[in-house]
Amino acid sequence: MRLKVIYALSLIASVLLAFNLYKVFMVLPDEVNQGAIYRIIYIHVPSAITCFTCFFTAMVSSALYLIRKDMRFDAVAAASSEVGLVFATVVLVTGSIWARIIWGIWWTWDPRLTSMFVCWLLYAGYLMLRRAIDEPGQRARLAAVLSIFAFTDVIIVWKSIEWWRTEHPGPVLSIRNGGGMSPGMEAPIWWNYLALVMIATVLIMVRMRQEDLRREIDSLRRWAHAL
Amino acid sequence: MVEARNLMYMFYGFLAAWLIVIFYVVMIAMREKRLHDELDRVRRMVEEREKR
Repeated sequence: MRLKVIYALSLIASVLLAFNLYKVFMVLPDEVNQGAIYRIIYIHVPSAITCFTCFFTAMVSSALYLIRKDMRFDAVAAASSEVGLVFATVVLVTGSIWARIIWGIWWTWDPRLTSMFVCWLLYAGYLMLRRAIDEPGQRARLAAVLSIFAFTDVIIVWKSIEWWRTEHPGPVLSIRNGGGMSPGMEAPIWWNYLALVMIATVLIMVRMRQEDLRREIDSLRRWAHAL
Repeated sequence: MVEARNLMYMFYGFLAAWLIVIFYVVMIAMREKRLHDELDRVRRMVEEREKR
């Protein structure tokens, strides 16, 4: 059943992405001030919202783990954090390439960029913490606490363009105050977000299965040592 | 000239994004294989110890 869902989601995401790419490159016109480079928004922003969705899932799963002590929630948190980190890397790299053209520099220590970089470091630290602790219960407990703490930075990243004056552009999406993008240009962002969330879901499901395998290996090892 | 540079960097942006995702997919595929190998090895080890 899980395999069928993985294949179905992959197929739908691929078709959606192909359609979106066609629309972004062949249908939408260049932006007046930025020219062709503005199209990076169609991978940069959906990746950012996807990574925040993954980190939110990790935070909720971590809280549920602390309440119920069920290792399945720990597996969801670990998988979501890892997949979220991949999309966070996409955000930082695509943002940097975009900045090189628009600002003339690859990087600046602006509040939005810095808070996003700190976010990346926090979740990279989360994954390193998981590798450093052998005992599963202790690993899950400490990782859950760190995951909940790390999510506070996601809120700072999201709100940074409202709280501080930044080099990074202000809100563009219509769901936020001040967002003034035209509906025709905004729609592909949400369609791409949908496709990326499907890809993230597939990756999380595969990673969760790997967490199950890891737990099975650990329990067999303990059994072998007991014999 | 500026337009060509814009197009080139746009291409780099999309390429970098997909390379990162593909690299991760390859990484988890390799991890999957490693885990299955390890599971087989540990199962064999348990069977051998149980026989003794």
